[in-house]
Amino acid sequence: MSRVLKKTELVPGIWQIEVETPRIAEKALPGHFVVVMADAFSERVPLTIADFDREAGTITLVLMVVGASSLKLSRLREGDDFYAVIGPLGHPSAIRPVERVVMVAGGVGTAPIFPIARAYHEQGVEVVAIQGARSADLLFWTDRLASVSAEHVVATDDGSAGRKGLVTEPLAEVLAADSPKRIGCVYAIGPTPMMKFCAKTTEPFETPTIVSLNSIMVDGTGMCGGCRVTVGEQTLFTCVDGPEFDGHQVDWDSLMSRQKTYHVQEGIAFERMLEAHSNS
Amino acid sequence: MSGVKTKRSQKAGRVAMPEQAPEARIENFDEVPLGYTDEQARTEAMRCLQCKTPACCEGCPVQVDIPAFIRLIAEGKTLEAAAKIKESNCLPAACGRVCPQENQCEGLCVLGKKGEPVAIGNLERYAAQYASDYAARHGVDGPVKRPASTGKRVAVVGAGPAGLTVAGDLILQGHQVTVFEAFHKAGGVLSYGIPEFRLPKRIVQEEVEQLARLGVRFELNHVIGKATSVHELLGKEGFDAVFLGVGAGLPSVMGIPGENLGGVYLANEYLTRVNLMRAYDFPRYDTPIVRGRNVCVIGGGNVAMDAARTARRLGSERVSIIYRRSMEELPARAEEIHHAREEGIAFKTLCSPLEYLGDEHGMVKQARCQVMELGEPDDSGRRRPVPVDGKEVAIETDLVIIAIGGNANPIVTKQTEGLALNQHDYIAVNENGATSCPGIWAGGDIVTGSATVILAMGAGRTAAQDIHQYLCDGNPSTARCADTA
Ligand SMILES: Cc1cc2nc3c(=O)[nH]c(=O)nc-3n(C[C@H](O)[C@H](O)[C@H](O)COP(=O)(O)OP(=O)(O)OC[C@H]3O[C@@H](n4cnc5c(N)ncnc54)[C@H](O)[C@@H]3O)c2cc1C
Ligand SMILES: Cc1cc2nc3c(=O)[nH]c(=O)nc-3n(C[C@H](O)[C@H](O)[C@H](O)COP(=O)(O)OP(=O)(O)OC[C@H]3O[C@@H](n4cnc5c(N)ncnc54)[C@H](O)[C@@H]3O)c2cc1C
Ligand code: SF4
Ligand code: SF4
Ligand code: FES
Repeated sequence: MSRVLKKTELVPGIWQIEVETPRIAEKALPGHFVVVMADAFSERVPLTIADFDREAGTITLVLMVVGASSLKLSRLREGDDFYAVIGPLGHPSAIRPVERVVMVAGGVGTAPIFPIARAYHEQGVEVVAIQGARSADLLFWTDRLASVSAEHVVATDDGSAGRKGLVTEPLAEVLAADSPKRIGCVYAIGPTPMMKFCAKTTEPFETPTIVSLNSIMVDGTGMCGGCRVTVGEQTLFTCVDGPEFDGHQVDWDSLMSRQKTYHVQEGIAFERMLEAHSNS
Repeated sequence: MSGVKTKRSQKAGRVAMPEQAPEARIENFDEVPLGYTDEQARTEAMRCLQCKTPACCEGCPVQVDIPAFIRLIAEGKTLEAAAKIKESNCLPAACGRVCPQENQCEGLCVLGKKGEPVAIGNLERYAAQYASDYAARHGVDGPVKRPASTGKRVAVVGAGPAGLTVAGDLILQGHQVTVFEAFHKAGGVLSYGIPEFRLPKRIVQEEVEQLARLGVRFELNHVIGKATSVHELLGKEGFDAVFLGVGAGLPSVMGIPGENLGGVYLANEYLTRVNLMRAYDFPRYDTPIVRGRNVCVIGGGNVAMDAARTARRLGSERVSIIYRRSMEELPARAEEIHHAREEGIAFKTLCSPLEYLGDEHGMVKQARCQVMELGEPDDSGRRRPVPVDGKEVAIETDLVIIAIGGNANPIVTKQTEGLALNQHDYIAVNENGATSCPGIWAGGDIVTGSATVILAMGAGRTAAQDIHQYLCDGNPSTARCADTA
């Protein structure tokens, strides 16, 4: 059984959930994800392991409510059991032997990027963190991220915190100012368009850029093929070959159109889920 | 029930199993064949000649004693018939429904030389159903003799037919058995691949519950190779032996343009969404599925037939099977092809996709296909399909389902040190199912590549015997220990 120990709303619509699941906590590494189901009717939803505590036997999930399944998950109460938590899945992040690394987090992407940033920091690598959100009230874990970074830049779309604008601007500046070149790689985790534009930004600098793809998944174990993406000329499976890939090789347009496959049904399910709540 | 037809085949006299009529069944996911009545079963059983050297048995990979169980049905001793089958086949309810009988038992039945073979599969299904109905009515599973515990612990990885067979065989030998399954339901392909209308999920669940009552522990949602490694099972988890029955997995693509467009599925995903996740019941269940109007299914095996018939039930107006050879080479079970045709599925044979074209939203809209013809026979003895120069067809489609087979799933195979693989990355085993690692056995699709339920079960049985010997005397593949002799 995997139990919700603690649930906090970090910012409106984004929940931090501590899950008791000792076997998974024991093996969890930065970059791993789990697949969860709220109840027997649920979809199988992939979520990154944002943190873990081996001794307590817990993992931390950070969940953004975007549709029916995430809404349902956000309604689990402390003490409830998940119907299923499966993992740890995917390849963990490879911590590379670099001098300096840039971590770009967009929105809920702050959660998955944090353990990777921490792992680099613990290796003695100089971490530059760039954290973006739509507005100040949607920023979370800024302290945590800052605590493992040598430099921490915040950018919001409306300028309500940090600088006004997109994360790609400070990213370009940091890369341009990096002389002699010490930045060995860039991580970008967040909404798909944000990762795509980060990869485009780093391309002229030829800095290896790692993105963590959020393809639509079912099993998460390499059985169904639903999470396939085109990387370079190859078809790869996000769940077993990823979720991290070379951002310069990903076919972003194909990924984005595949993510839209269920647009209409997602709308129907979300409305029903909202209704179910208002009736209960 | 409406739409039921019962027809008596005339000439050869084989009793046809009543079925839901095609127009009715494409509106639901209920099983198509409805099962024999007692009367029909006995009539059909009576057709068996009770051959002295029964050819049929040669065709059965697990050597079910076919004439013996059929005679018991003819004599009205159906519970005994079911027990007889269970001696060599622990999932008769499934095998009776999904074995490719025409290539196995029924394919060799002597009656088939002049007329129609005995309906062995139908009778097997009947006996299993009878026994399970009986158990349900009387609240018992029949006599269960559980031997004293040996104190040995076996880990079975994967709850498909291979793993379930090993679990069933070894629990009855007094060993403790834990089955680790990655999914949230046991059954393997029987749960997530083969649709409800062909194999009702309750049958699989009954079988699993029966094993649980015998004492088999099921640890669902536990991915071996991730949460726990295979070597850890033998090490700190304290198991004495491990059986790997993790199935094939990892589906193939053809590597042609457009395969990653929206609306292009690999059959595993399509079928898993519908069967395991119940997408046909969306939005009661949360998992969605694309419902196309013009569906193209690529491939000609059982998986392709299942996908096509599923799409039909999900309301698709036109469903076409696109297959590169001709009707004669279709590898699917004869009954599936027959049912698919009755359900209005079109067969575009000698046709192979070259490219999928998408609309401005990245959703598939057309399959451009190459017209083929049959050339010289290839290694498999079948005539090789070769492209007809310059002949192409364009098929309008909004849902493509690719069912062209698969590869070995790397999670367990690649992460288990010392585990020898064959040239196709499947696990290499000896004739007893033992792998290159002491204490580890394997069987089913992860050894053979995609095969059949009965072969997976047969492999499970073989491995279980060897595991049992090993647990008794610590020596794999050696002399039998006393209590199995
Ligand atoms: C490996 C992996 C790790 C992930 N980690 C996290 C995480 O730590 N925290 C978190 O909140 N989410 C994470 N996601 C995304 C999460 O799985 C989806 O947000 C969730 O499945 C949406 O389900 P839904 O039914 O609520 O929304 P849907 O109804 O399915 O979708 C609602 C809206 O969200 C968009 N959407 C759907 N799926 C995704 C997706 N996979 N990524 C981005 N947008 C999507 C849709 O386009 C749609 O507009 C991860 C995804 C993957 C593949
Ligand atoms: C759509 C479809 C239709 C078919 N139709 C027929 C038919 O009509 N007749 C017929 O005889 N055969 C048919 N087959 C083939 C048949 O189903 C397979 O040959 C058979 O199921 C193989 O059994 P198995 O036990 O080896 O593996 P599977 O049935 O594949 O079971 C393997 C199990 O292991 C689990 N697993 C995998 N990895 C791990 C892990 N790392 N940790 C824990 N668990 C894991 C999987 O989730 C799965 O439950 C069909 C197959 C498909 C896909
Ligand atoms: S197990 Fe399959 S092959 Fe064997 S007798 Fe039964 S239906 Fe025929
Ligand atoms: S070969 Fe046919 S007739 Fe002979 S025993 Fe087998 S089923 Fe009966
Ligand atoms: S999610 Fe099914 S193969 Fe990756």
